Amino acid sequence: MTKRVVIIGTGHGGIQVAISLREAGFEGTITLISDEADLPYQKPPLSKGFLNGKQTIENLRFRNPSFYTENNIQLVLNQLVIHIDLQHKAVLTRSNQVFHYDNLVFATGARNRDLMAEGVDWEKTRYLRNLEDAQKLQSALVEARKVTIIGGGFIGLEIAAAAVELDKQVTVLEAQPRLMNRVLPPMLSDVFLQKHLEQGVDVRLNAQVSKICRNGKRQINAVQLMDNQLIETDLLVVGIGVLPNDELAKSIGLACNNGIEVNEFLQTTDETVYAIGDCARYWNAFAGQKMRVESVQNAVDQAKCVAKNIMGERLAYHAVPWFWTNQYDLKLQMAGINLDFDHFVVRGDVSTRKFSIFYYKNHKFIGADSLNRPADHLAARRLLQAGISPTFEQVANIAFKL
Amino acid sequence: MSKVTYVESNGKQHQFDLPLGATLMEGAVQNGVKGIVAECGGSCMCATCHCYIDDAFLHLLPEMEEEEAEMLEGAKAPRLLNSRLGCQVRVSKKLNGIIVRIPEHQ
Repeated sequence: MTKRVVIIGTGHGGIQVAISLREAGFEGTITLISDEADLPYQKPPLSKGFLNGKQTIENLRFRNPSFYTENNIQLVLNQLVIHIDLQHKAVLTRSNQVFHYDNLVFATGARNRDLMAEGVDWEKTRYLRNLEDAQKLQSALVEARKVTIIGGGFIGLEIAAAAVELDKQVTVLEAQPRLMNRVLPPMLSDVFLQKHLEQGVDVRLNAQVSKICRNGKRQINAVQLMDNQLIETDLLVVGIGVLPNDELAKSIGLACNNGIEVNEFLQTTDETVYAIGDCARYWNAFAGQKMRVESVQNAVDQAKCVAKNIMGERLAYHAVPWFWTNQYDLKLQMAGINLDFDHFVVRGDVSTRKFSIFYYKNHKFIGADSLNRPADHLAARRLLQAGISPTFEQVANIAFKL
Repeated sequence: MSKVTYVESNGKQHQFDLPLGATLMEGAVQNGVKGIVAECGGSCMCATCHCYIDDAFLHLLPEMEEEEAEMLEGAKAPRLLNSRLGCQVRVSKKLNGIIVRIPEHQ
């Protein structure tokens, strides 16, 4: 009998499972289900080139519409999955469609964490996660003059950079004492802080939002901080992290704990059901702990691994994590996971904003952040994949080819 | 529209009329040409849309920025004089008829 694969979610992970299966000669049926109406598209440009008009929706599509028909991939758009019957291996959508599977893949991603503050239900509050959000944000940016962004992480700062490029007056509010605090060391947070300040962004650190004040009559709106400062604003953008979309999995009894739990083969507690990407929690050997990884790389590489396993291999997931962010002319590429490093070596010149930081734990190389040094980034990924630790001296010597 | 021919590493050819302004990477990926991976989706971040441009068209290409050159240094397949990252080359009228060869590895 032909094997049937159903994939929930058409982000980077979901689509990649379908593509990899067909590339490997999979002859069964493939059904991709999404609650969004748009043809599958890439997400990273939504907070970058898409906002300032450098890229349009046509640039973002993974594949042309004909690709799906030519490759016999059934695309079910605008359909919410409301239930899964694990016993009968069937997926049910809100409009009562039933899809039977032999293998099911959760690629349900994550959603934005809501800001809890009085007045946040203002009609000028925006979040950014999907294409629809990006389109709404883009048109709101056209009208706004003063833009306030809550959250000094990747998303918030990328939006800040795009808004500056659109000549907006931008304020960034970050609750922590430094930018991108969760993933970057102070040295890099500082470089980005300086850059945003140079570009005219009003960056407030240790800023706790108290409420959003609206004055409909006089058309003056403001964000009020805990210390009672008021920041006048026409548009509010919230980027304070995400939560995994694991409720559906939880509701059918699959083990979840801040994400859908999977083993090294990316199987959930039902071995015919896989989970990948932002929604999946797995043992990450590079971090030495169970975690979810929110990145394109993770979604794509896990998808490739799952496609192989569906094809009958028994492959454990073990790809080097990497991430990136673009803000103005700063390109930061991160390889590995540098949690609890005990030593670091700088390669290149910090003052020219062209340098890498190589992180070590017990003399073992565990990750590198490269600022405008793409060759270092690619070398770091190769070294991590091979498990090789360059010496401190080799890293510090830029004449030495890693 | 501009005509672009992609040649996969096994010799298989594909010809498309691409809209002006699309990148060589987008043209390949969206049409399902094999061998262009484009992990980062066109941000000049990953060096997995490496391609070899037909010599006759080399002088018509936009100049290479430093970051592209650096990424190409790290590409898996050998970097040749006609190496470019597909995400950094946009289709224009003068590139009509361009032939793009795709390396075996990305």
